[in-house]
Amino acid sequence: MTTRGEHYIDDAPFDPQASATAPERRDLDAPNWLLIWRKFRRHRLALISGAFLLMCYLALPIAGFLAPYGPNHRHSEHLYAPPQGISLFHDGKFIGPHVYPTTSVANLETFQWEFTPDMSNPQKLRFFCKGDSYHLAGLIPANRHLFCAPEDAPVFLWGADRLGRDIYSRILYGAQLSLTVGLIGITVSFVLGIFFGALAGYFGGGIDWTINRVIEILRSLPELPLWLALSAAVPSNWGPVAVFFIISVILGILDWPGLARSVRSKFLALREEEFVRAAEMMGARPARVIRRHLLPNFMSHLIASATLSIPAMILGETALSYLGLGLRAPAVSWGVMLNDAQNLVNVELYWWTAIPMLPIIVVVLAFNFLGDGLRDSLDPYQD
Amino acid sequence: MEILKYAIYRFGTMLLTLLVVSALVFFIINLPPGDYLSNQIAELRATGQSAGVAKAEFLRQEYALDRPIWEQYLIWVGFWPGPQGFYGLIQGNFGWSFEFDRPVAEIVGDTLWLTVLVNLAAVLFVYAVALPLGVLAAARSRTWVDYTSAFVGYLGLATPNFLLALILFYYGHRWFDLPIGGLMDPAFEGEPMTWAKVKSILLHLIVPTFVIGTSGAAAMMQRLRANLLDELGKPYVETAIAKGMSPPRMLTKYPLRMAFNPFVADIGNLLPAMISGSVLVSVVLGLQTIGPTLLTALKTQDQFLAGFVLMFVALLTLLGTMISDVLLVLLDPRIRYKGRGG
Repeated sequence: MTTRGEHYIDDAPFDPQASATAPERRDLDAPNWLLIWRKFRRHRLALISGAFLLMCYLALPIAGFLAPYGPNHRHSEHLYAPPQGISLFHDGKFIGPHVYPTTSVANLETFQWEFTPDMSNPQKLRFFCKGDSYHLAGLIPANRHLFCAPEDAPVFLWGADRLGRDIYSRILYGAQLSLTVGLIGITVSFVLGIFFGALAGYFGGGIDWTINRVIEILRSLPELPLWLALSAAVPSNWGPVAVFFIISVILGILDWPGLARSVRSKFLALREEEFVRAAEMMGARPARVIRRHLLPNFMSHLIASATLSIPAMILGETALSYLGLGLRAPAVSWGVMLNDAQNLVNVELYWWTAIPMLPIIVVVLAFNFLGDGLRDSLDPYQD
Repeated sequence: MEILKYAIYRFGTMLLTLLVVSALVFFIINLPPGDYLSNQIAELRATGQSAGVAKAEFLRQEYALDRPIWEQYLIWVGFWPGPQGFYGLIQGNFGWSFEFDRPVAEIVGDTLWLTVLVNLAAVLFVYAVALPLGVLAAARSRTWVDYTSAFVGYLGLATPNFLLALILFYYGHRWFDLPIGGLMDPAFEGEPMTWAKVKSILLHLIVPTFVIGTSGAAAMMQRLRANLLDELGKPYVETAIAKGMSPPRMLTKYPLRMAFNPFVADIGNLLPAMISGSVLVSVVLGLQTIGPTLLTALKTQDQFLAGFVLMFVALLTLLGTMISDVLLVLLDPRIRYKGRGG
């Protein structure tokens, strides 16, 4: 670039065809998913949340391997044992990860167990050891654990509950139910929402009116009392798996109206487009028009809004189990665990029984951030 | 006059909705197999107490539990003559609670207006918090004010209500000496209204209001912020600034009014969530609202009690939504009375 006199002149040769061949917008050079990814990558928080959630879900099948104990393994000598730290140095010397065994003494004045660690007797943690048996992904029997307690002392990373069960292990096992409840629920809600929304939006008329009234009524009712009423109807003699399944379905059943409403409004707008008319002219049946021509138009939008409603279901499961109408012991979920932390006195004396609230908060926040990020990056009109 | 017509129309649709809801509620509470009395009869038979069986059988007939389900429903609502003639919900008979062996009306009694009070307080709290914070977050967007309020909002959304309740209760009692449990001092229960009682209720209301309102306030705040930001990007705002209007005056004169609309309209979404929250929080904190009653009634299959509480909760939400709809028409002349083409 040189300047002659007062005028600026570009050195590059002039190509009259350049403006005609270059894409209109700079970002039209890549397939859709790449564009979305580029935009999504800019949302740091959403990216981190997504990675975190992916990690959580990948860890679900191997929860048994990561947990040192089984979910219902009781240590009758260590009721309400406080959380233990793992230290690396003993007497200023490095001896690897170890814990100090504790002895429990009943304090007859406060009626509590008091735990005193024996600081002279470090016990090394064992790795890739054999312990409680479990099933990998619910199928393959196994008994190897990432780490186990030493022979002479149990290890409670996050303390023990009122039956002496390891809270850390139970949180890992609880994640299996608490995190999948949202997925099953959202599937139910997705199927119902798309079905009814598409029906109303595509056909209109009387069907539209009826479905719209149903949506309005369901949306105007408070969810929790209805959830409670529905789960009170679950027979008490059903097994944990059946109860888990039905609770997820219940959570999904009341969630679909919001989704159906947005599907419907999209359909109303898209139904008049030329490509739909063309498909109909060529003799496509309604089911095909809906599936092949309409749904893909806003699937991404639906996925983003689904991500945003998963946390509501996770919280719903927690609330139901907490009130004793959701999942029941021996099933382990975060809500069931919090049921132990129900009264204030308990939480004050044994604060670690309330630890399961941390994973709940973190996961719900992560889903919210991820959903927000997805929504922003899936919107083609937003920079 | 037009507004009165609209209000009447809206009231009519509310009644219709309530009718559908009553059918839904009755269906749901009858989902569990058997009913309270037949379970009791089976239990009495199993333990060999035949004296109780006769009484329970009599009650079953008295409350028409031996009839087909649709007939039971019509009798419950009051459209069909039961054993005592037309005497159902619309005639002011709320039914009988088997678990407590008393009329439902007597059991819920005081808890009804306390429920309304708790929810009203929570709604007011949402507005009182969301309005200033939302405006501030939009006016100072992308500063620490914005980020802090967003963070607090997210945390409010993500924390399960009942945990927040427990934590706040604990610290409220420890640091501010707020009372624990209940909605008033036990000494005032059943007493006539006095200033001391009002004061006691207000003190007890602080924590529940905060807990129930937080998530609603967070959502409301974000919506107000988004709306206001949209408005602030418009040319008329630029004009106002260019003409030298002071920022607070510019903000309140036009953009805020435009952004205010969803604030009222949103109560339809807000109310169901709040009432859900209040049921849960009441159970955790032992408030004398209908939340705990609902839970026991559902667990013991006390169907008339559960049915009435569910109906009341639905009525409360529908009434709130109706009022907000009518208010919206009053506030915003652009909203037409009859939807499209009206």
